[in-house]
Amino acid sequence: MTNEIVIKTDKLTKRFGDFIATNEISFDVYKGEIFGFLGANGAGKTTAMKMLCGLSTPSSGSATIAGFDIYKQTESIKKNIGYMSQKFSLYEDLTVLENIQFFGGIYGLSDMQLKEKSESLIETLGMKEDAKKLVGSLPLGWKQKLSFSVAILHEPQIVFLDEPTGGVDPVTRRQFWDLIYNAADRGITIFVTTHYMDEAEYCNRVTMMVDGIIKALDTPTKLKQQFSAATMDEVFFELARGAKRKAD
Amino acid sequence: MADVVLNNISKTYNKGEVVAVDDISFSVEKGELFGLIGPDGAGKTSIFRVLTTLILPDSGTASINGFDVVKDFKNIRMNVGYMPGKFSLYQDLSVEENLNFFATIFNTTIEANFDLIKDIYVQIEPFKNRRAGKLSGGMKQKLALCCALIHRPTVLFLDEPTTGVDTVSRKEFWEMLKRLKEQGITILVSTPYMDEATLCERIALMQNGKIMSIDTPQKIIEQYPKPLYAIKSENMSLLLNNLRKIDEVESCNSFGEFHHITFRENIPIENQIHMISLLQKNGQHSQIEIKQVTPTIEDCFIKLMN
Repeated sequence: MTNEIVIKTDKLTKRFGDFIATNEISFDVYKGEIFGFLGANGAGKTTAMKMLCGLSTPSSGSATIAGFDIYKQTESIKKNIGYMSQKFSLYEDLTVLENIQFFGGIYGLSDMQLKEKSESLIETLGMKEDAKKLVGSLPLGWKQKLSFSVAILHEPQIVFLDEPTGGVDPVTRRQFWDLIYNAADRGITIFVTTHYMDEAEYCNRVTMMVDGIIKALDTPTKLKQQFSAATMDEVFFELARGAKRKAD
Repeated sequence: MADVVLNNISKTYNKGEVVAVDDISFSVEKGELFGLIGPDGAGKTSIFRVLTTLILPDSGTASINGFDVVKDFKNIRMNVGYMPGKFSLYQDLSVEENLNFFATIFNTTIEANFDLIKDIYVQIEPFKNRRAGKLSGGMKQKLALCCALIHRPTVLFLDEPTTGVDTVSRKEFWEMLKRLKEQGITILVSTPYMDEATLCERIALMQNGKIMSIDTPQKIIEQYPKPLYAIKSENMSLLLNNLRKIDEVESCNSFGEFHHITFRENIPIENQIHMISLLQKNGQHSQIEIKQVTPTIEDCFIKLMN
């Protein structure tokens, strides 16, 4: 992790009619940081993430993502980030190799780069035997690891992970975090949401959103001190139990 | 008497290519809160679908309240409640209309069994005229539970009711289950969250269509084969890599702010001293803290997987 800021938001707000989904959120995220973005259901996490990915225009406030303006340079933002959600979104009826080549092609990798990248990726994931298998036939844990690797194929500055480990077995869940650490060590910023509170401990810093605002933002250790809590689960409970909004 | 009995149930898909449930037998006692714990693909949903008579098993037999899942499916359907993992109510009917619909289908009324759902229903009542499709996740879940209970089932099947739900709502949901259990309803619930296992009376830990262990959470924890230690230092990611290279360390997994480790030999004190001196030798770790801990269900699950 370095001191270079890759995400900077200032009073970022999104309204839907009278409803303020995210209310003046301000924070900085650093290069190579693992940044946990937590909150109760309906707190406004998804809305915030959509804005940060350049998919939704804010109502007010400002932000730069990977150095690009959140209003005017959304296409440049998209080229410089990766995104992966719990909902599996590779092509099930393409093979592992075809998926890698397809997404690499979309992100503008050259044939040469594609060849190198797909070989090293398949090697790292230990999928040599499975490279020509249809993705649909792989176990969930493998799919999620592959999805993540594809999301960072173009070496983005930031990767957004929306509950990447939901429903994954405990061993694969830990292997997945090995991949996350690895990417962060290479300088890729990780912006991650999760419902597993042990995973909150793996983040450099954690934000807690409640009812559209950021209620807390600090390292897991300091948050636990601040709330005299033994675990992040207790911190979360302390912060979220007063939540008024219980949307999705 | 057991309310739910499975004998050697198997279920495959794609002409036998995918084995979802592999020769599983277990039973759930009357009034018991029983949990199927396992990741996606463990076979939990297939078991629910066999028991609720929605699919036929390839082999084996199963019964609910003494009724056979194949021969007596009509009796079973009248007597069980089922909340599928995927929201399956009518999105274009209102909250009240959905509840009324399910009551009517089961030849009863909302009033007849209102005491059973009252605690849950009051929380969604302010939105009773809202279409189900427009409800938030937490409220959909509560409505689905009400609809599954409105005919006062003897057995309630809940397929991953808390998946994707935040930790506060999850705690509330388990409180609701406890109260339902007190009313004498037998509950079979599945979850991928290992920390919820201890809220059940008995659990089956499942992986790839098989049961790896079945017992009370307490007994499963007691069966953990070795002393377990939690260790931390200032650099957790490096610590994990270093620990994996130490011969005496048998297993090492991250668990929140600590790593959990077991040793190959049961001579913990000497091992500990040796290991700590190894870690300190390269000077990369300060403030090493190590202590013996009680295993969690997740520790047990990982051990059983290996």
